This record gives sequence, C-alpha cells and structure tokens, in this order.
Amino acid sequence: MTATATEHVKLTMAQALNRALRDSLAADPTVVVFGEDVGALGGVFRITDGLTAEFGEDRCFDTPLAESGIVGVAVGMAMNGLRPVVEMQFDAFAYPAFEQIVSHVAKMRNRTRGRVTLPMVIRIPYAGGIGGVEHHCDSSEAYYAHTPGLHVVAPATPADAYALLREAIASPDPVVFLEPKKLYWSKEEVELAAPVPGIGRAVVRREGTDATLIAYGPTVPVALEAAAVAAQEGRSLQVVDLRSIVPFDDETVCAAVRSTGRAVVVAESSGFASVSSEIVARVTERCFHSLHAPIRRVTGFDIPYPPPKLEHFQLPGVDRVLDAVDDLQWEDR
Amino acid sequence: MTGDAHHLLPSPEPVTLIGVDGQATGDPGHAVPDDTELVRGLAALITARRLNDQAYALVRQGRLAVYPSSHGQEACQVAAAQVLTGDDWLFPTYRDTVAAVGRGVDPVEALTLLKGDWHCGYDPYDHKVAPHATPLATQLPHAVGVAHAARLRGEPTVVMAMCGDGGTSEGDFHEALNFAAVLKAPVVFFVQNNEYAISVPLARQTAAPSLAHKGIGYGVPGERVDGNDLAALLAVLGAAVERARAGGGPQLIEAHTYRMQAHTNADDATRYRKDDEVAAWVERDPITRLERHLRERGLVDDEQLAGFAATAEQLAAHVRDGLHRDIEPDPAKLFDHIYAEPTPQLREQAALVADELDREGALR
Repeated sequence: MTATATEHVKLTMAQALNRALRDSLAADPTVVVFGEDVGALGGVFRITDGLTAEFGEDRCFDTPLAESGIVGVAVGMAMNGLRPVVEMQFDAFAYPAFEQIVSHVAKMRNRTRGRVTLPMVIRIPYAGGIGGVEHHCDSSEAYYAHTPGLHVVAPATPADAYALLREAIASPDPVVFLEPKKLYWSKEEVELAAPVPGIGRAVVRREGTDATLIAYGPTVPVALEAAAVAAQEGRSLQVVDLRSIVPFDDETVCAAVRSTGRAVVVAESSGFASVSSEIVARVTERCFHSLHAPIRRVTGFDIPYPPPKLEHFQLPGVDRVLDAVDDLQWEDR
Repeated sequence: MTGDAHHLLPSPEPVTLIGVDGQATGDPGHAVPDDTELVRGLAALITARRLNDQAYALVRQGRLAVYPSSHGQEACQVAAAQVLTGDDWLFPTYRDTVAAVGRGVDPVEALTLLKGDWHCGYDPYDHKVAPHATPLATQLPHAVGVAHAARLRGEPTVVMAMCGDGGTSEGDFHEALNFAAVLKAPVVFFVQNNEYAISVPLARQTAAPSLAHKGIGYGVPGERVDGNDLAALLAVLGAAVERARAGGGPQLIEAHTYRMQAHTNADDATRYRKDDEVAAWVERDPITRLERHLRERGLVDDEQLAGFAATAEQLAAHVRDGLHRDIEPDPAKLFDHIYAEPTPQLREQAALVADELDREGALR
C-alpha cells in the first residue's frame, strides 16, 4: 500500500475493482482469484483484466462452468489457508451456488464454534439498467442479507468499490460483494489510500433538511439526481448511501432520518419481503416519534425482471422518487 | 477430443482379496496388505462395531437424538482412516462417525452434533477431519478446495472425500469430480454404496453400469471394491492415495457394501426391504471374514481377540460416560461465532436474551 499512499487516479468502477484485486493479490500471497472467464478474457466485464498475466495461473484462474463447484472449492481453499475471491458471472447465475452459500459459507464459523473461518469474497455483478436480457439483471441482495453469517456490501462509487473490495478481501468473514453493473463505467477521481468508512458504515452523500433518501448500490446516483432536481424546486433532500447492507448502519441511517423527519427508501429490487422493507421496519421502530409521515418506498415491482424494452418501467427513476417525496404529508406539518 | 477411456474403466467385478470364506482370492492386480496392517485393521473393526452398536443403544436411551449407523460398513470406515497419514484430510458424511474416530477424533466430540449440544463438536484442524456434512455431497467441492490449496502451497496432503450411493446423484458430486480432474487435485472420492438412500434402492438411483463408471465422464479413473473386505479396501484405497500424492490426480472408488440397519432410528427398513435380503449380507460380514482369515493364518488368537474386545469396551464406556453427562449449553453462546465481531444488531439481540435470563434468575 505504501507505493500508492498518495496516488490519485481517475478510474471507472470497473477499473477501481480491478485495481483492488491487483493490489490485494500483490499485498497478500494467500489471495487467489477464480471463476468463469476470469483468466485470459479478464472476465465478461473485464474486472479481472490482466491478473493472470501479472500473477500467474495459480493466483488467477478459469474454472469449469459450475457455480456451486466454484463456491464449494473456495470454501475448501479458505479452510486450508487461502483467501479466495470468486466471481459469479451474473446475479442470476449465482443461484446454483445458493446451497453452498447458505449452508456452508454462511455457517462454517458458527457450526465449528469459530474454529473454521472462511475469509472469502463472492463477487456478483448485479442489478439492471444495462439492457440485459433475462437472467442478467436480478437484484438478489435480499437472499444473502437474510442469511446470518454473510456480510453483504454494495458500492455506489469507484472510490468505495476500491476501498470496500480491499476491505472485503482482508475480512475474516465471508463477504457477498454486489457490484452494480450499470455503474461499472461511472468514473471519478480516486485517492487509493484515502481513509474511508469500513464495511458496516453508511455515509451521507448529500446533506439536506427536508427529507432523507436512503439508497444503496445502483440507486444512489438516482437518489442524488432526484435531490439535485428537488433543490431546484426548493426542497432540500438528504441522501444516505448504505454501502453495506449487512452489517446495517442503524446509527447513521436513523440519525439522518431523525434530522429530517421524512424518508424514502429507493431500491431496484422487488419491494415485497426485501431489504427496503427491512429498512422501513427498523427505521420506523427506532424513529417513530421523529417521523412526520410514513416512510415511503420506491422499488422495483413484484415481477420477474422485465425484458430490456420495458426495464425502464421497473427501475426507480427520478420522477418516481420525487413523487414519493411529494407524498410525505407535507401539508400536515 | 481424443483419448482412450479404457484406463478409466473400473474392473468388471469389485476387487476382493479375502473371500467370504476367509481365503485369499489371489487377485492379480492387488497384493494382500501386510499382516500388521490387517491385524491393526481387525482391532479397529472390532472397536468400530462396538462404537456403532453403543451409539445405537444410546439413541434408544434418549441420549442421542439420532444415529445413522455404519453397522456392516465398518471395513469402509476403518480403511478410509487407515490409509491416510497425519497430513491428509478426511471429509465425512453423517454416517461416517466411525471413520472420523479412526482419525483420532474423540467419539464423544464426534457425537456432539447428534446429541444436540452443538453442531460440530470437534476442532476440524486437530485431526484434519472436516465437520460432518449433512446436506448430501456438498462437502465434496470443499474436499477439492482443501486439496487444491495444499497443492498450491506445495504440501503433500491427500483428501479422502466420502459420500454414499445417493450422494452420487447430487450436482455437487459431479461438479467436485470435474473440478478435481481439471485441477488434478489430490482427492480420493470414496463412495460407500450400501444399496439404499434411505428407502430408495440403487436401481432407482442410477442407470449407470456402476457408480465407479461415473468417473469416466470427467476423466477420473474408477475402481470397484468389495466394501466388506478390509484387505481389498486397504489395497485399493491405499493405491489411490499413493497415486494422488504422487500427482496422479483424483480417483473414484466405489465400495459395495450394505447398510445392515435402518437409515436412522427414525426409519422403518421393513417397509422397503425383506429380511432375507438383510440375512444374506450377514454372512458377508467384514469382521467375521477377516477374523477367520487371520485365525487360519495364525495371526490372531483368542487372547488377542479378547484384548481387542476389551479395548472396544473401554471406548464404549468412554462414549457412555460422555453422553450421559448433561451439558447445559449456554444461551449467551447463541450469538458467538456468527461473525468475527458481532454486528450491532447481534449485540442488541444478545442483550435481550441476557435480560431474559436475568429476569428468569430473579424469579427463581
């Protein structure tokens, strides 16, 4: 890390993730990267570009096309002293690995009373907004967030993508690392060694006084855009970026909602029995007396992810967010 | 793609070195193991049988919630442990308690899961025995991962990955074989074909010529062995371990054996199989066969056998003592070991339980 201590670089999220993998591989000889097409091709999104060439076949390698096998083999490698970072090619293609994730990845520490721990990262390009055909656009975070024993993280900026992935790889616990596909090409100046809040901490991305928008992963830019539009209309919206779904940062989220008294949760995933429902429930339990209106949600509908030509109906957009804000019982104040 | 698949084919009949009559068969491909190995194996078989029957009795006494017995399959259990060195790993299923004990795991700790005090009762690193896997075949990819990690680190580890006939139908069995073959991982896949997956007979499990043939599709050599012949198991499994250690890659071994008892105490085997089928397997019992062989060759006598029985009895007494000890698991431990550090939410929930316990204590 010392070589990069003051390095500022302009990176896309995809490049930041690639850089995080490279720096982790260089810093720790126990880190290994594997999955489908991650070698010569560099992954279908090029997140592992150049890693096999730089670190060799033993450190970054292609596997057979079998997600349960990939995650299961990673479990064994983590049991035997390595830190595997595996790539699931797309959200919906991770489902064959579900049993391994739920029954073993999440539970090994608990089953063995802390004797066997699994420091491993499961990277999943997730969510929609890229015109992907079916089975390429699922928001699968609720399945993982519902499973005790997993950390679940979703960065929304290149800087966070870099910092959170480095931290996920260094974590003693398994981390499901959800990469919002539609933000892979978003770009910003990243200070690689900058101290950023760790896994489990949310951040306030924009200060505001009238209402709080709570978002994570792909909906953070939507919330920020909505806040910018609202500002032109004279309404001051605060934006909280969760960054980490598990652990959940009740402290930051509740402090934010108490400061405004109104909140809208914005998430791409279907709303029923979702992370967004959990946020509403826990914020209401903790902040009821600070609320001037019920918390609203803007989420995907409870339908299978639609085909590309209709996906814009499914995705929470700025107008829907602003409509929800308008519904926060302003006249009753 | 080219390549001769013939070297992958298992032998037409399971390898047997000592027949049901106790006589050596004179198999051309495999030598009978050393006398000391066979005598050691007989002692282990006698202990294994005693452990199985003790655990089964403890279920009836309510000390164990459930026990999937390997009664009748003890030769497989003993051989799986006996062919490994201290560097090696064993990945057992829930029916492989005896194999885990053969690696050195304390049987009381091995039975913790089935007693209900906690899940895995032993430290898997102490004897390199993975936690008992209950979801079928899910442990097999882990075995491949442990083996591959060892290979990357330049360690001589071989991994014995166990499953049953039913487990060979699970996707993870196939994914594990394929990964192991592609990675040339030092894994011996050891299938105990005991004829039944709970109630479902082998004929409804697979249409393959044998379970060992399933390796062919992955480029993994298969072999079949008489699962009630300890000598054959030691020879075949031992050769597979040696081959894997030398860099020859994985192998798939199918042992033909029989589950003499029901799946567990919760099962009723009379609903799906006839008594005379079970009776026919009694004469193939692994212990009587090896004992007859060793007696006839003058390698064991009554006195030695009495010594083996006494050792087995000591272990049974240790198991009884351990399982009759009532342990009150600490509810505060519910929240330990979910993560390295508890989340704020888990701290809140632990405080709630602590508060409940305090109030309960105050009422007493």
